[in-house]
Amino acid sequence: MPRRERLRVLATEAVGPYALLRLERGQVDAGVPGQFFMLEAPGRLLPRALSLCLAPSGELAFLIDAIGPGTQALCELERGDAISVFGPLGNGFRLDVERPLLVGGGIGMAPLPYLAEALRFPPVVLGFRSERHAEAAVLLPGAEVAIDPVLVTSLIPDGHDVLACGPEPMLHAVGDLCPGAQLAWEAPMACGYGACYGCAVEIDGELKRLCVEGPVLLAA
Amino acid sequence: MLLNASGCLDALLAPDVARSLDGFVTKTITPLPREGNAAPRIAETAHGMLNAIGLANPGRERFLSETLPRLRELGVPLWISVGGFCARDYADTCAVLDDVEAIELNLSCPNVDEAPESAAEIVAACRAATALPLYAKLSAAHSDVAAVARAVADAGVDGLSLVNTLRGMALDPKTLAPVLARGTGGLSGPTLKPVALGAVHACYAATKLPIVGMGGVTTGRDMLEMIACGAKHVALGTILFSDPDAPARVSDELQEAAEALGVVQPGDVFALAHEGEKRLDIASIVAA
Repeated sequence: MPRRERLRVLATEAVGPYALLRLERGQVDAGVPGQFFMLEAPGRLLPRALSLCLAPSGELAFLIDAIGPGTQALCELERGDAISVFGPLGNGFRLDVERPLLVGGGIGMAPLPYLAEALRFPPVVLGFRSERHAEAAVLLPGAEVAIDPVLVTSLIPDGHDVLACGPEPMLHAVGDLCPGAQLAWEAPMACGYGACYGCAVEIDGELKRLCVEGPVLLAA
Repeated sequence: MLLNASGCLDALLAPDVARSLDGFVTKTITPLPREGNAAPRIAETAHGMLNAIGLANPGRERFLSETLPRLRELGVPLWISVGGFCARDYADTCAVLDDVEAIELNLSCPNVDEAPESAAEIVAACRAATALPLYAKLSAAHSDVAAVARAVADAGVDGLSLVNTLRGMALDPKTLAPVLARGTGGLSGPTLKPVALGAVHACYAATKLPIVGMGGVTTGRDMLEMIACGAKHVALGTILFSDPDAPARVSDELQEAAEALGVVQPGDVFALAHEGEKRLDIASIVAA
């Protein structure tokens, strides 16, 4: 059940160009990999939707790319600060797969460490835009890494159940390559629980709320 | 009475939040289903947000057969927000509604084309179609919102909902293109509160009708100020996105905010912001 609670910051650690925000878990459920949480962004009106990256005992950890004022504020949190966290929300990855392969692109790798743990460390392929961004692969030991201009889709072998998260063009390419893949999408969200109708995406030819139907959807 | 602003809560997905309110206001219902506008539909601004959802809703028929029966099961008084693109759209929906707390006529969505008729003409058509309490939801984007309020009052509304969002725009920091696919969207959040207080104040003075005050209400103190301007009821909008627990919190804070001013009941400050009304005199209250 989603729950809203004020959680204390344990640490903010640099992982390549990203920040790993580690929070005390409190009574908040870690949920299923691919589900997301709404994190209060200090000084901003709206919370930010982030999928869980790691769930060590007593902790919730989020991998964040500081792309705007909200994510920047989250990356600047320090030990002892506290923020409101609401979740877990949405539908995560289905874990009943026989031959899982995890595919991640850039900051889209965020939910994969927690997913890898739940699936007992299946093979992982990751794509990044630079060597510096690829440093984040340290969170997924053993992952095969492609760096631009090599595309991560070139690393996907046949015969796997693909679970992917990354930028939209990558997800479209993965979906075309691997029908039935589970794809975790992103959309601007004000609320995360179906109230704002902001995160509408086209699903089966209709505009639907990603926070309600997704964020993980099956590739057609 | 504390409500939600239309379009800021899905009671079926968040029934506990709906039950923490004194009434639930639905998302606006139009005669035909609407998918709404293309994405991106929302953008955060410095002290507010823009939305251009575009009245996404299942349409009147499906609302009546599927959504409304499920909403009734929640046991929360229902306010139905009704929209349309001509007076007849509004009136036809009003005519088929019964056994609800009130109907709110959305006469001011900034994200769709307006009906050709005036607000008063739409209200008159709806008044002829239903005996249910009718509230007119107005925008503050009129040079004289009180004049519009007087016109809809003369046409037969029972109350006013003030205010709807104001049309605005946000630009992408890198490309300078509008962030929203529609270009413009409705501005809401704390930035709207002074506009809302001004509109509630002016329309209460002009009509003395019951008013649902909304626009940037985030705290109990905000709610107290709405009441002081003449709002009988208050609705929460954007705050529900970041804080689903806001209804209980704001209610608690309202009581505290009143007590901090030496007032026993929050209702005691009703319309106090109006000239000629009794002013709070902290010194005399403390002395007493």
